[in-house]
Amino acid sequence: MEPNLATSIGPISLDRPVMLASGILGISLDVFNRLYRSGAGAVVTKSLSTEPWEGYPNPTIFSVKGGGWINAVGLSNPGAEYFAKMIEPNKDVPIIVSLVGSIPEDFEKMIKQFENCKVTAYELNLSCPHVAKVGLEVGDDPELVKKIVRTVKNSTNVPVIAKVGLGTTHYLNTVGTAIESGIDAITAINTVRSMAIDVQTQRPILSNKFGGLSGTPIKPIALRCVYEISSKYDIPIIGCGGISDWEDAVEFFLAGASAVQLGSAIGDNWIDVFNEINTGISQYMKKKNYSKIEEMVGLAKKS
Amino acid sequence: MQRNHNHTTIVTVEKVIDETPTVRTLVFSDEVMSNVLPGQFAMVWIPGINELPMSVMISDESGKAAFTVRKHGPSSTGLFNVKVGEQIGIRGPYGNSFDLKEGKLLLVGGGTGLVPMMRLLTHVKPTDDVTVLIGAKSKDEVFFEDLANKLLANNAHKVIVSTDDGSYGEKGFVTDLVERHVEQTKFDGVYVCGPEIMMYKTVQSAHSRGTFVQASLERMMKCGVGICGSCCVGEDLVCKDGTVFDGQHLSQNKEFGKFHRNKAGILENY
Repeated sequence: MEPNLATSIGPISLDRPVMLASGILGISLDVFNRLYRSGAGAVVTKSLSTEPWEGYPNPTIFSVKGGGWINAVGLSNPGAEYFAKMIEPNKDVPIIVSLVGSIPEDFEKMIKQFENCKVTAYELNLSCPHVAKVGLEVGDDPELVKKIVRTVKNSTNVPVIAKVGLGTTHYLNTVGTAIESGIDAITAINTVRSMAIDVQTQRPILSNKFGGLSGTPIKPIALRCVYEISSKYDIPIIGCGGISDWEDAVEFFLAGASAVQLGSAIGDNWIDVFNEINTGISQYMKKKNYSKIEEMVGLAKKS
Repeated sequence: MQRNHNHTTIVTVEKVIDETPTVRTLVFSDEVMSNVLPGQFAMVWIPGINELPMSVMISDESGKAAFTVRKHGPSSTGLFNVKVGEQIGIRGPYGNSFDLKEGKLLLVGGGTGLVPMMRLLTHVKPTDDVTVLIGAKSKDEVFFEDLANKLLANNAHKVIVSTDDGSYGEKGFVTDLVERHVEQTKFDGVYVCGPEIMMYKTVQSAHSRGTFVQASLERMMKCGVGICGSCCVGEDLVCKDGTVFDGQHLSQNKEFGKFHRNKAGILENY
């Protein structure tokens, strides 16, 4: 019997366990359809704000020697209202709407704008490392996390995920706060604040100077975080950070993730990477005699 | 060691050629860029200013390549103002390239959209019969006419210029010339790069007659590697699926010739 790639992340059910991470390719419904056809179990949108944001000037991305990327796109996005209208016709693609804001009212306002859309879940970006007053600055403030999660949970019946990262507040405490406030699942982790300097011109390369490191260099860190979260809390987890092939995905399942997200792998291997990872997971499950993803989740914690 | 095309390489501008009062070609040494295929592009970093997607221009010296830039906004003006001896960063080449047919070829270029056409001319066979149509607003803004003639010296060829105001060559839009040519001649391949409306009309003229046509698209581009999504046209990403698309494919695209996206990703009418 063919293994079943369907997975549940708490109240969220997906046919396939590999999703597009937020910030990647996420501004057009046509592209979402293409990604879904290419094997993505769900697509997470770019982080949407109450108003359209242009983001930072280029260079917004830097390829790190030895692997990985540093980006400071600056959360460019067309704004929640425009975006909601764009995805309104969608019926087929599981869309997870990523939201970014400074105060609970920002999130409440945006969720209202998606009332006519089929939204699989909301993902609260509490961890973007390169835009002031949102992202990590919110995630680092436990009181604000509490208020935002409670407000969002009161605003919608759609499942809500918190995306956490490495800030000044320990991410495990942020996870704890989010759980106490009623969050349904956690995505871990976001990119890690970093930079690159060109030695010839002796300047920081990114226009914003600092950006978020993603890709293979952060995979061991992300894996550790997923393992730690799943060891400490009983909360569904989506692993994110440097997943580039099926083995990486399976590692995250074994650490305690029920699904994974990927972004940088698309820059390295393009869209085919979804089907390649799905096929690899399926073959692994066959070999190990697993019929469902959940049979693997957290197995590494046994030892 | 082989160069990783995603890493920025710093090059020094060795020569600056004024093509028109607003258009300049910056020449630099770089073996990889000197050999790129027509239609491919590089991300060009102007330190302290911006990073821009640029078609790679040819140079008549081996091992050298160039960028031809029109000063327009702050970023392109920044590149335009780079002087001999100053450094810029390049990564790439990115993107696909034109499929070169043999026989009767029609190349259509407007403004700096002529750049990939010049590179394409270095790939034509001596047996090809090549017509180049150059569109410009006025006489002052015509460039690469002599270069096109020089590159085609051994071919049966025509280089025809049209200016919107009639101050040089034929009067009118280059798309009117395209329409006349594709009506009169059965071309084996039509290639176009320039303002999108010009490309849209050229693709329509050729494709509606069953003629093979390809266009090299330009969009707001941030990453160049298929991550940021800024350059999507319908479900296509210009940086990864293009820049070159077939007329057949483009004729199905809902956005080509009609919309582009602003920096925030909002579709705007052309």
